[in-house]
Amino acid sequence: MSGASAPAAVAAGLDARELAIFRGEHCLFEGLDFNVRPGQVALVVGPNGAGKTTLLRVLAGLAPPTHGIVRWGGADVRSLPVHLRGEIAYRGHADGLKRELTVRENLDFCRRIWNAGASVDAIAAELRLDTRLDVHGRNLSAGQRRRVGLGCLKLGGARLWILDEPTTHLDAAGRDLVIDWITRHADAGGCAVVATHQPDELSRPGTLVIEL
Amino acid sequence: MGTFIAIVARDLKLSFRRPSEVLNPLFFFVIVTSLFPLALEPDETSLRTIGVGVLWVSALLAQLLGLDGLFRNDAEDGTLEQLLLSPVPHGVLVLAKITAHWIVSSLPLVALAPLVAIAFRLPDGALPALGAALLLATPTLSVLSAIGAALTLGIKHSGPIIGLLVLPLASPLLIFGARATDLAGYGEPTAGPLYLLAALAVLAISVGPLAVAAALRVGVE
Repeated sequence: MSGASAPAAVAAGLDARELAIFRGEHCLFEGLDFNVRPGQVALVVGPNGAGKTTLLRVLAGLAPPTHGIVRWGGADVRSLPVHLRGEIAYRGHADGLKRELTVRENLDFCRRIWNAGASVDAIAAELRLDTRLDVHGRNLSAGQRRRVGLGCLKLGGARLWILDEPTTHLDAAGRDLVIDWITRHADAGGCAVVATHQPDELSRPGTLVIEL
Repeated sequence: MGTFIAIVARDLKLSFRRPSEVLNPLFFFVIVTSLFPLALEPDETSLRTIGVGVLWVSALLAQLLGLDGLFRNDAEDGTLEQLLLSPVPHGVLVLAKITAHWIVSSLPLVALAPLVAIAFRLPDGALPALGAALLLATPTLSVLSAIGAALTLGIKHSGPIIGLLVLPLASPLLIFGARATDLAGYGEPTAGPLYLLAALAVLAISVGPLAVAAALRVGVE
């Protein structure tokens, strides 16, 4: 654990303290404290507009909270030290793939950027994209684009997964695969924070539920 | 280094798959510079006097044309967030994107400029200096434009605003670049302005990417 300035009581994993987020004048939430331990899954639930996406972006370090701090491994997510960079993966509403590139080119780019050893073909087969590898992103369906995005997530090998409604657009088999991936990720000691409208899918003993 | 090449290769591939973004600024450059000789008195001295200025101003404006998409395309499909979260240092990421942009937008311009210069009857002696000056000035311009593009990421149709931000900063390039071309035309030594352009390029490439990275982090919020 790094960060000599962090208080002694800082826990491992993802740690949010006194989080408050305002959208303009409007307070989405304040005084939010929680800790996601390694191996734990946290579900973010709440009605539309409650600030789930905003919270996830703050947790990923993409946006600053109005008040409070988010730490990963003891370091502020807004200024991660070199050895912790790339440990956090975020998958939002945008699928994060290039429409001009083929599925294989998109996945291969993720693999190179994340320096991952995983095989593109194996991931594509698991996602049932192996027959679509040479199709351009713009010719994919919404569900297939979502699958490519999830393939990048899996390829990256990050330890903290922050997922915004990852099962949107997916068929039943796709949903099962995502749930299986998240469960296995947690079993392997990873953390996951998932915004969802179907918390039952991922609930199991030890799951943290954050209600907004 | 591997990730740097991966990002440059991806951006080059993307540019070739939507060629209009690359070709439009080049067409602009060629059209503007070839219209001037038609509209002016066709005598050699007046063409030569304004030729250098027209060439440099159109090159500068052409560079700004293709700029809006530099980060916006990536921001809109979510790939920019992915790049920022990846283990790639932000400075490397930005430098790679600027390099790719420079290769597709500036290199063709540098290659075309001597041809256009012939239309203005610039003396042959000025052509090597013109090429060298453009080659030295365009990297600085690319970095400056990247700062503008990153700062205006949150604004739709930011083209004119980028121009307002970047053009004043780019005026030294215009001054020294045009001066080098002019001097070469009179057969005088051009080392002075060329060295200054080189110094500006070194400064821009070493400091600029950090400024762009900081602006991008604010831009994606």
